[in-house]
Amino acid sequence: MDSSEATEPRFDYGAFSFASKSEVLAKAKEFWNPDKTQFWSDAGIPLVIDRREEYFIYDMSGKRLIDVHLNGGTFNLGHRNAEVVQAVTLAMQHFDIGNHHFPSLARTALAEALVASAPPGIGKVVYASGGGEAIDIALKTARHATQKRKIISIVKAYHGHTGLAVGTGDDRFSKLFLSDRPEEFPHVPFNDLEAMERELRGRDVAAVIMETIPATYGFPLPDPGYLEAVKSMCERYDALYIADEVQTGLMRTGELWGITKHGIAPDILVTGKGISGGMYPIAAVLLNERCAGWLREDGFGHISTFGGAELGCIAALKSLEICVRPETRSMVHYIADFIGAGLRRIQAEHPDWFVGIRQNGVVMGLEFAHPQGAKFVMRHLYDNGVWAIFSTLDPRVLQFKPGILLKPELAEELLDRVEVGISKAWREVRGARGRLR
Amino acid sequence: MSETVELATQPLGIPRGRAMLERAEWAGRAFARYDAPTVRRIVAAAAEAGAARSKELAEQAVAETGFGVAEHKVIKNLACSTGLLETYGDHDYVSMRLDPAGKIVEIPRPAGVVLALTPSTNPVATVYFKILIALMTRNAIVISPHPYASRVCAEAARTMADAAVAAGAPDGAVQWVEEPSIPLVSALMTDPRTDVIVATGGTAMVRAAYRSGNPAIGVGPGNVPVLVDRTANLQRAAQRIVDSKSFDNSVLCTNESVLIVEEAVADRLLQHMRHAGAYLLSDPERDQVRAALFPDGHFDIRFVGKDAAWVAEQAGVRVGPRTRVLLAPFDLPVPEEMLAHEKLCPVLGVLRVPSAARGVEAASAILRIGGAGHSAAIHSEDPHTIMSYGAAARVLRVAVNVGNSLGSSGIETNLAPSMTIGTGYFGRSSVGENLQPEHLVNWTRLAYNAEATEVMADFSGLSPWRAPAGPVPAYPLASNAGQQPVAPVASAPQRDQVDELREEIRRLIVDELREIIRG
Repeated sequence: MDSSEATEPRFDYGAFSFASKSEVLAKAKEFWNPDKTQFWSDAGIPLVIDRREEYFIYDMSGKRLIDVHLNGGTFNLGHRNAEVVQAVTLAMQHFDIGNHHFPSLARTALAEALVASAPPGIGKVVYASGGGEAIDIALKTARHATQKRKIISIVKAYHGHTGLAVGTGDDRFSKLFLSDRPEEFPHVPFNDLEAMERELRGRDVAAVIMETIPATYGFPLPDPGYLEAVKSMCERYDALYIADEVQTGLMRTGELWGITKHGIAPDILVTGKGISGGMYPIAAVLLNERCAGWLREDGFGHISTFGGAELGCIAALKSLEICVRPETRSMVHYIADFIGAGLRRIQAEHPDWFVGIRQNGVVMGLEFAHPQGAKFVMRHLYDNGVWAIFSTLDPRVLQFKPGILLKPELAEELLDRVEVGISKAWREVRGARGRLR
Repeated sequence: MSETVELATQPLGIPRGRAMLERAEWAGRAFARYDAPTVRRIVAAAAEAGAARSKELAEQAVAETGFGVAEHKVIKNLACSTGLLETYGDHDYVSMRLDPAGKIVEIPRPAGVVLALTPSTNPVATVYFKILIALMTRNAIVISPHPYASRVCAEAARTMADAAVAAGAPDGAVQWVEEPSIPLVSALMTDPRTDVIVATGGTAMVRAAYRSGNPAIGVGPGNVPVLVDRTANLQRAAQRIVDSKSFDNSVLCTNESVLIVEEAVADRLLQHMRHAGAYLLSDPERDQVRAALFPDGHFDIRFVGKDAAWVAEQAGVRVGPRTRVLLAPFDLPVPEEMLAHEKLCPVLGVLRVPSAARGVEAASAILRIGGAGHSAAIHSEDPHTIMSYGAAARVLRVAVNVGNSLGSSGIETNLAPSMTIGTGYFGRSSVGENLQPEHLVNWTRLAYNAEATEVMADFSGLSPWRAPAGPVPAYPLASNAGQQPVAPVASAPQRDQVDELREEIRRLIVDELREIIRG
């Protein structure tokens, strides 16, 4: 008996099994992604997510983490949200991915629901299998509608890694694959209206694409009036305004779409991540009638086998329904208020270290007084049971994204853990500086 | 097709209900830190808003349920809105209580989330009542109305909720279920976010509340005996009993069920009652009414809250159109006598007894059949009889020389005015009093060392509570929004406007009351 137990794999998932976490890590390096695997080991985050439920993820070791990364809002509603799971499970008794060529039940139902939820002017929905593809659809649509080629994005923008989307983002990801095209994709500094106007003035721009709050750049907030001014410039110079609401949509700012807090009716709105309910990949591009021309001219213009997979549509319908409940909106306001006040309290105790809070609803960026500050905090939060990620394009800033259904007691526990993690990170940074001196 | 139908009809209600409790939890936590002046303002605003619509909603209640009399419901609606404000105006369930002699400080701690089940018979009044006692004690409340009255209850709850939030209550402090169902109510009752259930309704619902595993205040049904002895002022007693039995067509659980009268004064009492609008059924007529009301041994709910003339007509009995109460004589108060059971319509059983002492025993017999712990009434001038009645009947309130409908519910007595009558241990309930704000708050006691050398600190002037700085929760503006002119938030009405509004509401109430009195 003893010997057979010893040979039993400890981590048996039915379809596969591993003897240990170190086996997973070794094989991940061998067969999957050696650099990424090594990166997290080096960063002191040896995480392999096993069990997941509500706002908790569990490492293979059993260590529990409160998830405030949420993969950019993918897990907005928590991990394996019971209502979404139930909806998708039931749907599997009847639906599969579906045939993208034909009009479909679930795609039509979701499109109608998305249009009903959208800012004024939106009338059509195009589906993608993920955010990058959705951005590509948005950019192609803008080019078709305006018959112009240039797309303006901001410096350090992030809109995904697909063919066109990658051109709008940081060079790090485009040059690696020889995909940078600066002549078609000018980048202008964020919050710089003059630079924006210089690029637009030539009237050769198809669209400006903006995240309502640039996530991967650490959620720098648009200056008051900035987005509004960009939108009116777009109108003046005949460019379209594409709102990338992948991270700011779905109630994260306390309204369903963050852009509506600016009174902006975008020409195109892109949603992804959270719309999947974290259960079945799907993304969507919402178009106003001017942009919808190609859907009348050549509806086969963009083809995507998995885009708008019907099971994904069901997950999205349920996720959207949860997001638009009045109770959900109210709770987001409570959570934003409570967490914001708690963070300001913690900040007041670490004024030289925790130097800024960027917040709009439950979209938050925490600034630290060190060029790599957020990496220190990330690791100490990890040690103290909280998973939040640094901003790839500004590692001073920690992305802090509590779920929109966070319960009061978990919110309190989260703040307790964050306070300790931030203090410990400060001690480490201060100690390191002391030693350097 | 069947699969898609199943997809489309996944009950939204239960997840929405759970979301309401979750929102209520946030609201309750914020509310629990409010100070007394803010709470008083919120309660007054909600009560006045409720009172202003009392007539309109009374009519809606009758239209929706078919139960009761609109003008009587107005009285209850007012009693359970501005009336409660008067009763509890001086009470404070928010401030700390200091007992320097006992060296104890008491800090009020609200339950948190109150789940209130409300009945179809007294829909608006019960909704008003429960919302106000929740607000007085800084609790968030979720109303789950009886399905027969769900529209008018939603309207009543919305009225008070809007006024409360406009006066500064936390968002979501008052919520209501739009489409109640048994599975939804069960889910809400057993949800760990429910801190206390206040159940007014049928026995099954009340027992389910107790079984839920959550703290519950549930109350059982009534079956009210009213004893009239030879010392009573017969004319007044007759008038009061007829008025009470016909009030809102007997839908209050405190309505009289069986009149027990001492033989020596029975004929005179019944004569007075006939003058007051009662009709004494002959034995064959009595049998027809019994058969109509209890067709299969159970009370037919078609008769709930219907007027006497309609009931008589359905039973095939001819009575004058001004008949307010049907008197149904019977001899033996035993379970198989259906007329000895609760009747939520203006049919009053009549039992003659040879003496007041036998009357007390008959009342006990009625209460063995139903209504344990609830209420009884007596009309008498003899303190011995009144005392022995109160000591024998297994009820927790006895209304003396007053109609029981409004007597035991505290509207025409100095009992706590209530739509929810605690039936105590006799009635398998945790509460023996009329439900009141005190039941929704616990107190944390700071207890000092009793030794004389240990002196209690001076807490006077201290308060752990604060007035909110603005709407709760604050609207989530971007954290750099201070740099721009913020979108104007609807400002609270100025003091003068509030006073004007109050004056206007007072005028409306007075007008309505006048109409009722004239009517």
